[in-house]
Amino acid sequence: MNERLMKWAAPIGVGLVVLILWHVLVKAFDVPKFLVPGPLVVLDALIADWGLLFNSLLVTLKITFGAFLLAVVIGTIVAFLFVQSRWVEMSLFPYAVLLQVTPIVAIAPLIIIWVKQPTLALTVCATIIALFPIISNTILGLRSVNPGLINLFRMNKATRWQTLTQLRIPSAAPYFFGGLRISSGLALIGAVVAEFVAGTGGTGAGLAYQILQAGYQINIPRLFAALLMITVTGVLLFLLMVFLSRLALASWHESEVVHET
Amino acid sequence: MSAIATPTAGAAAPEVVVDVRGADKVFANGTRALLPVDLAIRAGEFVTLLGPSGCGKSTLLKMIANLLTPSSGQLGWWRGGFDHVGEPGKKLVMVFQDATLMPWARVQRNVRLPLDLAGVPRAGADARVADALALVGLTGFETNYPRQLSGGMQMRVSIARALVTEPNLLLMDEPFGALDEITRNKLDADIIQLWWKKKLTVVFVTHSIYEAIFLSTRIVVMAARPGRVLKEVAIDEPHPRTEAFRVTQRFAAYAKELSELLAEASAKGATDL
Repeated sequence: MNERLMKWAAPIGVGLVVLILWHVLVKAFDVPKFLVPGPLVVLDALIADWGLLFNSLLVTLKITFGAFLLAVVIGTIVAFLFVQSRWVEMSLFPYAVLLQVTPIVAIAPLIIIWVKQPTLALTVCATIIALFPIISNTILGLRSVNPGLINLFRMNKATRWQTLTQLRIPSAAPYFFGGLRISSGLALIGAVVAEFVAGTGGTGAGLAYQILQAGYQINIPRLFAALLMITVTGVLLFLLMVFLSRLALASWHESEVVHET
Repeated sequence: MSAIATPTAGAAAPEVVVDVRGADKVFANGTRALLPVDLAIRAGEFVTLLGPSGCGKSTLLKMIANLLTPSSGQLGWWRGGFDHVGEPGKKLVMVFQDATLMPWARVQRNVRLPLDLAGVPRAGADARVADALALVGLTGFETNYPRQLSGGMQMRVSIARALVTEPNLLLMDEPFGALDEITRNKLDADIIQLWWKKKLTVVFVTHSIYEAIFLSTRIVVMAARPGRVLKEVAIDEPHPRTEAFRVTQRFAAYAKELSELLAEASAKGATDL
């Protein structure tokens, strides 16, 4: 069979089989819907609560994209500063690692106290989570330059700026896009986790809040529907990053080149 | 430059392009990479540095390229006094063992790189790129990416990138060492033609005796431990040379002389240890 078709058909097939199994098992054992709702029940909840859930999705998306953009901008700037000198990197990199290893749930309450505006507080939390892969990947990329090409640029008396824009940045691109893939997922996770900790409600309620509320009310179908929305958002975000990466690298980089067999 | 005949023509001695006077190299860890060398390279010559690994041939080439400074002794370029590499119109370029192309750039942009870095306007630069690509036989491959080319073609792009600056001195550091023998012979034949046609001055590093004989007007034979120059051998074979030269008795005689020189030196080096 055609490989391109299989690439889509195979995972969709697996998904369908799981959905059917899920439906059949729930029916066969007569599992109550407050324990495990069947897929059709979840779909019903999704349609019935669409207005409520969609508004929450928008809130979560706003935080996710805000955090992701902040992480990309800050992470790239920090990486560029770090590669300017070994001394800067040696002195500051351990603190970047600190950012990575501190559990966000431990510092989220602090941030929520410091930053009064709830959406902004959640965005800051998610940014902290999403930041590290951008910093570390971009640094790695900016350093992974072919030494022969560095010699060539030097022999041609290239300026620092020429070396940066024509050699270091293109060399770093594949690593940077790898960082984007990891970071985009983390921004979503950060947005959800931070909201769990903060527990903000009212008009600014995101999907995490809906999951918490549904749990308290034992409205399990709605909980599943909200969960489904988060998952689908994560997958779409990942696909968007794959698409961007392909757009930028397809013409030359090994990872995106389609090899003829 | 244009008035200068090749050294074999017997006219007045051409201008000295590079003058190496007692230059040696001791690395920071105390290794003697190269004993003092005296070597004058004249315009229009094709000089090959031949020797086993560790003989300092790449070190000497890098000193000529001004990528390394000698521990003592001096180097002069174009009689402009010492340390005057950057004199206008006097350019040296280097071709490395790998093609060292930018994988994200098409052939056109890879070859244009030295002109881009020097700020040459696009229109004039593109015409020179086209000329350089024609010289190495790659017209029609402008829009290809390096990964779409074979190893030999990538090396040709690398040579085109060197020629596009119209250098006075072309330095080549085992440029075809990573290629198969058939491709290497083809490129050798092409480079010697280019040298002849464009009246280039070339310093070429290799560990292949046959490559050295085929290409050179003069071979600088070197030995290892410690790295030093053994002898200079002139190859008195008229140009343009063809593949037929490789199977002549003269070629075999040169090969015998050089093999014996190298074998003798390495035997002596072994007893020294």
